[in-house]
Amino acid sequence: MYKQSVRRRRAVLALLVAASLVLLTAYFGESAGGPFHALQRGVLEVTAPIQEGASRALKPIRDLFGWFDDTLDARGERERLRKERNELRRQVIGARAAERENSQLRRLVNLDRSDTVEGYEPVTARVIGRSPIVWYATITVDKGSSAGVRKDQPVVSGDGLVGKVTAVTGGASQVTLITDSTSGVSARVLTPVVSDSANGITGVVQPAVGRPRDLLLEFVPRRASIRKGDTVVTAGSQSTRLESLFPANLPIGVVTKADDEELSQYQRVHIRPFADLRRLDFVQILTRGTRRGAASLRAQEGSP
Amino acid sequence: MTGPAALWVRLLLVAVITVLVQISAVSQVTLLGVTADLSPLVVASVGLLCGSVVGAVMGFAVGLFVDTALLQTLGVSSLVLLCVGYWAGRLRELRDPAHGLTPVAVGAAATAVAALGFSLVQFLLGVDAPVSLLLLRDILVTIAVNAVLAMPVYALVRRALVRALPEDPRRRRRRAYVTGGLSPISRA
Repeated sequence: MYKQSVRRRRAVLALLVAASLVLLTAYFGESAGGPFHALQRGVLEVTAPIQEGASRALKPIRDLFGWFDDTLDARGERERLRKERNELRRQVIGARAAERENSQLRRLVNLDRSDTVEGYEPVTARVIGRSPIVWYATITVDKGSSAGVRKDQPVVSGDGLVGKVTAVTGGASQVTLITDSTSGVSARVLTPVVSDSANGITGVVQPAVGRPRDLLLEFVPRRASIRKGDTVVTAGSQSTRLESLFPANLPIGVVTKADDEELSQYQRVHIRPFADLRRLDFVQILTRGTRRGAASLRAQEGSP
Repeated sequence: MTGPAALWVRLLLVAVITVLVQISAVSQVTLLGVTADLSPLVVASVGLLCGSVVGAVMGFAVGLFVDTALLQTLGVSSLVLLCVGYWAGRLRELRDPAHGLTPVAVGAAATAVAALGFSLVQFLLGVDAPVSLLLLRDILVTIAVNAVLAMPVYALVRRALVRALPEDPRRRRRRAYVTGGLSPISRA
């Protein structure tokens, strides 16, 4: 009897471990349209309304905990923000002049502005779920394909870039944040001093797992002069064949440190993201409805 | 409904409610920079109450539901949480710990095993991004937060399952003293 019980226990354990490994292997092997991915989207479709209800009901509790956290951080944050404000004032003055000049030049060369954010149609979505595991930086939002959301569309908050849509169902979508280990965003450094060498610096923004308030700008040449306080924005489309997922000039973060590693030909630049990715209640998905419409309109206007 | 069927129905309900509460509420509340993870606590509690086989099955089911609902790689959470459930169940079967703070220690250990298990699986699957040492701090803080939550979670799981459990060691001991049959005082 005892031996039978032990045998049964071990058999169940072996069966479950084998099932997990089979699932893992099969999931990795299949494409995004495979049966397991479809099952996940189906479950998300069913649970999204429940998640939305729970999220709305529990907002006061979240806000209460948020208030405690905010109060603890407030003093240090105030000093930092004062310095940042002074720095930004200086930058704004320079930026206004540059913007005016830029606008005049654009009109002169008749540049296409379709890659700027104005060409997109933002869809506001409520955050209804979040991954509890530090290895996965994903959120679930309450807008899906019925609201015009498609896979790979950029997601922003009022502060800056948040991530991109990685899975869509009819009424909900999964957003992979820029702090997820699979994320990578082509970016450009903006410096207050307008010069060709400084503003042409580009790299790829990648996360450091375990540091939600620190992103890394990789593949920046060592000779590039980057200073603390410089703003990092999305690089946007650089080629007509390989279009970037993100429109140009979406704010990502501010440079906090640049590591000039001796043995590497690149320097590693640390960035603090503008958006507080741990506390998102609402985000905006930049759908391309208007942009496509504008493009087709232009094509019609151009045709005889 | 009574017997094993009642227990499995209750376990299914506990698993579904746990995952829904986790992803829609608990995950969105930040405590000391981290979020609590109820899944290992619930699975460990079930293991402590029901034994290793039920604990392992519960771990597999909760993990599968978490991975499915969050569109994560299927099988990762199942693998990690079934180990947690099995271990907690074996602890009950081999040691039958009766101390009142056992759920706290088991909850903390279960969270540690789950966090380290996830890290290990992620490394095996290949992580593209650099990994910060702050991850270790996050894991430690999560263990501390989960340890605080372990006792109420255990109490809730016990309350949900107690009527369907075949035998509860603590209830059995308490009844033995109340009826007087096995009490050393009654023999004196």
